[in-house]
Amino acid sequence: MSQAGRDGFLLQGIRRMGAVVLFLFRLSRQCVPALARPRLIVLQVYNAGARSLIIIMLSGLFVGMVLGLQGFDLLQRFGSEEALGTAAALGLLKELGPVVTALLFAGRAGTALTSEIGLMRATDQLTAMEVMAVDPLRYVAAPRFLGGVIAMPLLAAVFSLIGLFGAQLIGVQLMGVDKGAFWSQMQGSVELRDVNEGIVKSFVFGITCSLIAVHEGYNAEPTAAGVGLATTRTVVASSVLTLLLDYVLTAEFL
Amino acid sequence: MTEADSLPTTSPAASGDVVVDVRDVHYGVEQRAIFSGLNLQVRRGRITAVMGPSGTGKTTLLRLITGQIHASRGQVIVLGRDVAHSGSAEIYALRKRMGMLFQNGALLTDLSVFENVAFPVREHTDLPEPLIRRLVLTKLQSVGLRGAAELMPSELSGGMARRVSLARAIVMDPEILIYDEPFVGLDPISLGVILRLIKQMNEALGITSVVVSHDVHELSTIAHDSYLLSGGSVVASGSPQELARSDSGVVHQFMTGAADGPVKFHYPAADYAQQLLVTEDP
Repeated sequence: MSQAGRDGFLLQGIRRMGAVVLFLFRLSRQCVPALARPRLIVLQVYNAGARSLIIIMLSGLFVGMVLGLQGFDLLQRFGSEEALGTAAALGLLKELGPVVTALLFAGRAGTALTSEIGLMRATDQLTAMEVMAVDPLRYVAAPRFLGGVIAMPLLAAVFSLIGLFGAQLIGVQLMGVDKGAFWSQMQGSVELRDVNEGIVKSFVFGITCSLIAVHEGYNAEPTAAGVGLATTRTVVASSVLTLLLDYVLTAEFL
Repeated sequence: MTEADSLPTTSPAASGDVVVDVRDVHYGVEQRAIFSGLNLQVRRGRITAVMGPSGTGKTTLLRLITGQIHASRGQVIVLGRDVAHSGSAEIYALRKRMGMLFQNGALLTDLSVFENVAFPVREHTDLPEPLIRRLVLTKLQSVGLRGAAELMPSELSGGMARRVSLARAIVMDPEILIYDEPFVGLDPISLGVILRLIKQMNEALGITSVVVSHDVHELSTIAHDSYLLSGGSVVASGSPQELARSDSGVVHQFMTGAADGPVKFHYPAADYAQQLLVTEDP
């Protein structure tokens, strides 16, 4: 890539980041008045959260089962299969729960948010609101953003819970790890700060994924191709940022 | 018939019956000038038609009037307030006194017809539910769609969606009603209904109306005043009948729908014969 091309790419990246941060400021100012309409937020928690439950639960179960298999295989080499409960719990609570949930959330709820808001822009619904003296940031964007921020930690918690069940299913029921040891070791080793790490991560990922989804939809070019492009950007940007922030937060907590 | 160069030079705003006064407005997008010295007045209680070929900035003019965009030069004075120099709170206050009918209706797709019409009322007032219900049903009755109150926007035809949008636009009793291409894509019956409603809103409710369209014949039956835009400014103004009698080239071409004239049929291009003779790809 030429020097000019690199500079252009860099500048474009910085400009986009700046636009997202400015959008966050504008959005934050509208979040307080949006709280006055809990009905709209509850509806969005349902859309982003409850409607993602099946995919989250299924994925959590399979991830937990894989963790059970891999963990058992690894730990039995050192003769410490009883530590499977601890390994699964720490893996799920601190990493896999928040991260995989965020990636699934971006793919399921994030894309739905972006395309919905983008289509509202393309069909003049947002303009109509502006002309009716109703700020679409307050009526459309803020409730969806808040709904996502609330739903994400709840989904991550469900994911971890089902994941633990999956790990137990494989480790205890199939591989024969002692049930008492599985749960008691987990209880003895997992600390509150481990749970907190998962909560903070899922909360941060919730803000990131919801912000990107709402921003991309709100600023999508009002055409079919524009909405499609915005939806793709939501998935790519949310996924990359989730993994990047995961590293930053993990480094911070350790 | 009045040509652009002989437009009134004294400000009619001073007379007090001008509710929208566009003065020497310049506006452009990415180096391309859309308006260069646009002058236009909308008088209270009248139906003003803004006509012009596609791409002359008719919708841009509406966006200027509603304060969605601002002129780079000149003034847009709506209900006595300069839109370009108003803060967002003032513009929002101004918009509460206007209603707008969008080309595609722009109904909120997740709300029913009833809720769409009730939307501005719920947002801007604390009226009790029985009163909102009565108000919404009254407005739906006036556009003939009281029976469709529980339908969703996806269940409506294009003409019905526009009528619901009209009910929503008048639910707050606006002083100005703006119609953006209200006749596009309608069957003759729906078109007749919309025409009758525009006239009715103006006569019965005394609402000042601005109708942006390129449907000359429809507009000439209802408009009191009309402006013809071309090349970034007003090329003619007067009553529709005066425009029809005009001998100006642009006006005549537009009013008669001639394919060629001052507005060229062919997009600017290289010499036709020469281009055909060139063998390699252009």
